[in-house]
Amino acid sequence: MLKIENLHVKLEEEDKQILKGVNLEVGPGQVHAIMGPNGSGKSTLSYVLSGRDGYEVTEGAAHLDDLDLLGLEPEERAAAGLFLAFQYPVEIPGVSNMIFLRTAVNAQRKARGEAELSAAEFLKEVRTRAKTLNIDAEMLKRPVNVGFSGGEKKRNEILQMAMLEPRMCILDETDSGLDVDAMKLVADGVNALRSEGRSFLVITHYQRLLDHIRPDVVHIMADGRIIKTGGPELALEVENNGYADILAEVA
Amino acid sequence: MALPAKKRDDAAALLAAHPAPVGESRWATEAREQAAAWFLETGAPAARDEYWRFTNPATLISAEPPKGEAQPAEEPAIWSDVERIRIVFVDGVFRPDLSDDLAEENLTIEPLSDALSVDIHWARDVFGLLEGRGQAPVPRPLASLNTAVARQGMVIRATGKVSRPVAMRYLHEEDDCDAVIRHVIRVDEGASFTLLENGPAAARFNKCMEVEVADGAEFHHVRSQGREHERRAVTHIFARVGANALFKTFTMTANGRLTRNECVVEMTGDNGSAHIAGCCLGDGSFLHDDTVFITHDAEHCESRQVFKKVLRNGATGVFQGKILVKPGAQKTDGYQISQGLLLDDNSQFLAKPELEIYADDVACSHGSTVGAVDPTALFYLTSRGVPKDAAQDMLVLAFVDEAVQEIADERLADDIRARLQAWMARRRQG
Ligand SMILES: Nc1ncnc2c1ncn2[C@@H]1O[C@H](COP(=O)(O)OP(=O)(O)OP(=O)(O)O)[C@@H](O)[C@H]1O
Ligand SMILES: [Mg+2]
Repeated sequence: MLKIENLHVKLEEEDKQILKGVNLEVGPGQVHAIMGPNGSGKSTLSYVLSGRDGYEVTEGAAHLDDLDLLGLEPEERAAAGLFLAFQYPVEIPGVSNMIFLRTAVNAQRKARGEAELSAAEFLKEVRTRAKTLNIDAEMLKRPVNVGFSGGEKKRNEILQMAMLEPRMCILDETDSGLDVDAMKLVADGVNALRSEGRSFLVITHYQRLLDHIRPDVVHIMADGRIIKTGGPELALEVENNGYADILAEVA
Repeated sequence: MALPAKKRDDAAALLAAHPAPVGESRWATEAREQAAAWFLETGAPAARDEYWRFTNPATLISAEPPKGEAQPAEEPAIWSDVERIRIVFVDGVFRPDLSDDLAEENLTIEPLSDALSVDIHWARDVFGLLEGRGQAPVPRPLASLNTAVARQGMVIRATGKVSRPVAMRYLHEEDDCDAVIRHVIRVDEGASFTLLENGPAAARFNKCMEVEVADGAEFHHVRSQGREHERRAVTHIFARVGANALFKTFTMTANGRLTRNECVVEMTGDNGSAHIAGCCLGDGSFLHDDTVFITHDAEHCESRQVFKKVLRNGATGVFQGKILVKPGAQKTDGYQISQGLLLDDNSQFLAKPELEIYADDVACSHGSTVGAVDPTALFYLTSRGVPKDAAQDMLVLAFVDEAVQEIADERLADDIRARLQAWMARRRQG
């Protein structure tokens, strides 16, 4: 599904290397988790995969199946089925959540040659999905993320993901800032979307989310590289001992 | 300091090019003579004048109007779905044959030339008077020219709640048409009235409107300055707002080579409100100037100015907005925001916000910003699959919407939004 090879990335504006050769392969239907100390490059990886400006790929490649991701515009990557749930969802005053989401859903459908959803079809769909995520439908009329609490923003990301039905979902610390119940809701939302044709890359600092979303593989990222890969037990080790042992091991 | 000869000569040439009407009532003739004298005394505006530094008035004051090709007006006209009384001007001349019957409950509408020929007429207390009050401390010479020479326009009085808006449409047929229009409006105590305006108007358009909003009255004004690329326009609104009265004006401008919209408001009764808003979309050879002056001369009044300018390809946006709070105008609540959104590096937004306050118990704030489209917001939208152009349009519409929201009637606001969207779509098609 997603294949990242020897990815090197620096900042466009300054001479600062952030990713220093990332290798990672997520198979169809798999859930991979990435953990790692603050500033190790996890969000940078997710931004580069989804096409944010400001980064320069100096070496390496990233493919979504046969598709060379790095040559595409963000909207093309989205239409191809890539989705990023932002660590910090963006507030956009003046743009209604509902209109934004409908435009996005229909733009993707159009790009894939599918029929667009009518206003009524869309509304029905979004109401149902919002309900399962315990999102107040009134909230969706408000501008994108404006005045949303931290947890509401994260749930809104998952709602967007559910509506867009991507095949490769990257979740960047979607669990941060969620209360216990909201974390359960988000995890249920993710689990409901799990299927053979859909894969997840879950960036997190905490074992708790991984209790709900059982990952197939756990990676540890440090200083712009994946330094260790293992099973779910690796997340437990981090939870109990922190990163010191693992960092010492590879040093 | 003596008036530079050029300013006086320019004024004299303009007066000569637009002879004043003859045979009107004495009060009208006096008002016109007074305005002409003031115009000669202050002179035509010049680029060195304090409030013309950002906007070169040369093409507004040349005796001959600059060339301006007439373009077909938009069909269907904006607000076509709104029940309204239509008044059509072609090249600045009222055309009863194209207009609706002007009879309406709680409303009298008379052509300017008729009203100004009547010896005893309420317009005597408004015509030239509100404009004259607005000449100090900042002279508005092209408004005094308008008072001196305008032959066309409407004199309108609302005596109660008027259910349908009056919609003025200014069509343009003769390429180099130089049109002068004057409206005089009074909204009586407790009455309410909505005026709509749109259309390309003329190659050069000098339009002035005086509005007396009596105690407890409401006046709503929504204007769409249409698509004509070559148009030069200078417009003035002079309003006097009474106690517990509401004055609202909103202007959308798309295209036009040079537009100067002045709005001068005097708050003379307690608890009055004045909301002045506008947005413009400028592309290429485009200069759009909003010059606003609000005088608070009563207690507990609120005024709000909200201006948004979207500029690209070398377009220029200008905002000069002043709030003057006179001694004794306690509990004044004055708010002013002006923002420029630059879609490229060639365009510019120039702002001159001013506060002058002589009362101690007031809350006044002003802010002015200029910036580009937020790349983070753009990335967020595109990362969900919204194409970049559409995402940028969404952000532009979001940017101007704070101004559009100042329109009280949602139907009128939605039509403005539809026009904005259409403008952006057309632009993208090239
Ligand atoms: N636009 C930028 N300008 C300057 N520094 C940047 C920029 N983007 C990333 N960095 C730097 O790159 C490094 C990696 O940042 P990144 O956000 O990818 O870390 P992270 O692993 O997601 O951390 P966290 O766990 O705190 O979210 C950090 O040192 C960060 O300061
Ligand atoms: Mg991060």
